[in-house]
Amino acid sequence: MIEFVMPSLGADMEDGILVEWHKKKGDAIKRGDIIADVETQKGLIEIEVFEDGVIEKLLIEPDTKVPVGTPLALINPTNKKAETIISTDAQKEASHPIAEKEITPTLNAVGVNKKIKISPLAKRVATENNINFSTLLGSGENGAITKEDVEKAIAQKQKSLANHEASGTTTEDKTKNASNSIRAAVAAAMSKSNREIPHYYLEKTIDMTKALAWMNRANKERSVKQRLLPAALLIKAVAISLREVPELNAIWDNGLQIKSDINIGFVVSLRGGGIIVPAIHAANLKTIDEIMSMLNDIIPRAKALKLRSSELSDSSITITSIGEGGADSVYGIIYPPQVAIIGFGNISEQPFAENGMLGIHPLVHVTLAADHRAIDGLTGSRFLTVLNTHLQNPESL
Amino acid sequence: MTYREALKQGIREALHADGRVFLIGEDVGRYGGAFAVSKGLLQEFGEDRIMDVPLSESGFVGAGIGAAIAGMKPIVELMTVNFSLLAMDQIVNNAATLLHMSGGQINVPVVIRIGCGIGRQLAAQHSHSWEPLFAHIPGLIVLSVGTHEDARYMLAEALKSPDPVIVFEYTSMLNSEKEIPANITQVDISKTKVRRVGKDISLITYGTGVYKCMDAANELAAMGIDVEVVDLRVLRPLDEETILASVSKTHRALIVEDAWKSVSISSEISARIMEKIFYDLDAPVLRLSGVEVPIPYPVHLEEASVPQKNDIINAVKKILNHD
Amino acid sequence: MNKEEIEKIIFNSLKQIAPDTEPSKLSPDENIRETLGIDSFDFLQFIVSLDEKLNLEIPEQDYGKITTLNSLIIYLTQKIK
Repeated sequence: MIEFVMPSLGADMEDGILVEWHKKKGDAIKRGDIIADVETQKGLIEIEVFEDGVIEKLLIEPDTKVPVGTPLALINPTNKKAETIISTDAQKEASHPIAEKEITPTLNAVGVNKKIKISPLAKRVATENNINFSTLLGSGENGAITKEDVEKAIAQKQKSLANHEASGTTTEDKTKNASNSIRAAVAAAMSKSNREIPHYYLEKTIDMTKALAWMNRANKERSVKQRLLPAALLIKAVAISLREVPELNAIWDNGLQIKSDINIGFVVSLRGGGIIVPAIHAANLKTIDEIMSMLNDIIPRAKALKLRSSELSDSSITITSIGEGGADSVYGIIYPPQVAIIGFGNISEQPFAENGMLGIHPLVHVTLAADHRAIDGLTGSRFLTVLNTHLQNPESL
Repeated sequence: MTYREALKQGIREALHADGRVFLIGEDVGRYGGAFAVSKGLLQEFGEDRIMDVPLSESGFVGAGIGAAIAGMKPIVELMTVNFSLLAMDQIVNNAATLLHMSGGQINVPVVIRIGCGIGRQLAAQHSHSWEPLFAHIPGLIVLSVGTHEDARYMLAEALKSPDPVIVFEYTSMLNSEKEIPANITQVDISKTKVRRVGKDISLITYGTGVYKCMDAANELAAMGIDVEVVDLRVLRPLDEETILASVSKTHRALIVEDAWKSVSISSEISARIMEKIFYDLDAPVLRLSGVEVPIPYPVHLEEASVPQKNDIINAVKKILNHD
Repeated sequence: MNKEEIEKIIFNSLKQIAPDTEPSKLSPDENIRETLGIDSFDFLQFIVSLDEKLNLEIPEQDYGKITTLNSLIIYLTQKIK
């Protein structure tokens, strides 16, 4: 039997409200099916399963708020290897594959982070009240989390729970609540990152003449709907550069763990403030057109806070892009437990010296913020150089 | 009333109350005590009750132990804690062990008063805080006189004990004046005393630390920090219940003592807090102790060698991350 | 198709991508993207939406000609003719 648990959709997620089951007891399910809707700080998320099987039992009633990791349903897997029966140990064994393969990487990084300073009392109170203390800000000596900090978090939690339960909330209230909780989630994740991760920053100015010329040519042949934006190009270029510098495509969990899949988190700004970071899975294996159509699909849904669980998990690196007309450089804060974030500024025409000649070229300032515990400047620099090479050869992207 | 006067009244009362009680020590008679605690008692009670002895700590402490075994109630005065080491053999190998080694037949109801601590520029020859040396030894009851009421009433209780009691008195406090509340006529030497009730942090201390901690607590109250002051009073056997109840309530502890930090009363208490109520702690237990040097002579160095009020205030603020 | 009809289509499309704004309050010479906070993706959605509703293609090189409400209406009117 497999336990299907409340997934962690990022280091900043503590719990979720099971809003609706899409399946019932006895239903056959297969990998990728949407089994339930869960309301999180990042909006209403459709939760997928990762295993073929039959729903044995639904454990949680709709409209219940549960912490990350809580079993939601029991699934009888079709795959007989992970079969049923027996001791609780065997059951744990069986449930681990999903938990670990698909969900827990981020959870682990948070749950067992040895670097968190918390008093024994605060830890006890947090555990008793199901508070995920890894995201709390400590007010004690040297930033240690104290009982008072935990009590504030409990109060906050009760308040948001009460808000949620309060009947007759208008859509406007809901959006406001969502944007408040997204704000809180961003605050917690970024504070944790800034507190714990020793960032270093590198910057390289990259000439976009060839890349843009290639894109403009490509767009001329396309219908409006199929047009490319520079972001798609940049994502692809980053993805294939990561193949050559894999150390950046990793998480830090008491050591560097390099990820084999290149899943790129792409920062989407929400109109009401806050950000959400959907993942473009296996970006190195997708064509630029595929990436562009993914962006066209995912960005409007991200802005409407309607993403699926798989789209919010597993990113192994983040890209933030300022876009047309904005600031020239962006120095990112790493999204834990990742080890790097790449920032693209506005692409703008500037004087550029090349082969002893000065010309006007479209340039972009590319920054890399990386975790110095995990990787050193030389590696970061190598990555930016490789990225430059790829952007100078857009036809091979 | 001065601390000295309180001690003297306690001795006088004991001498009046029980004919078996007598005071024995260097210069306690004709000279009136090295610190004038027993001044006038020789005239009042005579040479059989107020006994001057030669300068041999091992000899007269042994004599006191012998008298106690034989049914008397001796009060032995050791001028300063420095000299107590000369009597350590008698105290540890006889007084503390005889009950055990006689299979419970022989009690040693001796009371040994020891002048202790710093504060009078007596340097390393006549200063020091060696309460931890005595509190280490099973078979002894070790008291620390941190207030005037204890100076006045502890002796009577010590004399009731069937087992040897070591009473530490603080020479630096002799001249200090304090009113003893009229309703207090007896103290409980088996119990640690909460001198000030508070909710934010427990200041655990003894001896000269008690009034310093009270002063610090009053200043901290003005900053909005509510401090509980715990006067250990009995250093052996520790009243664990009272100590742990206080820290369980405040969730934080600072232990203040004049003694050297390594292997001290504070290390013992810190360890017990960790063993028994770890999950009630909201901050690490901190300690303020004496600097690990022989007590210096110059007054500014002497003061710097033990925790002072401002050190206590700063440490409390640090633990509470205040300011 | 008259000016009012074109304007209505523009407002509808803008409202779709930026539901928290009031496009009808745009003054004729304001920069649409700056005023409504529309990023590159939103803008592409906007162009796609105009393409669907008016059945005309706006080439990328013309993006610079349609930055304000006024210029956009003029541009679209000419295109439709």
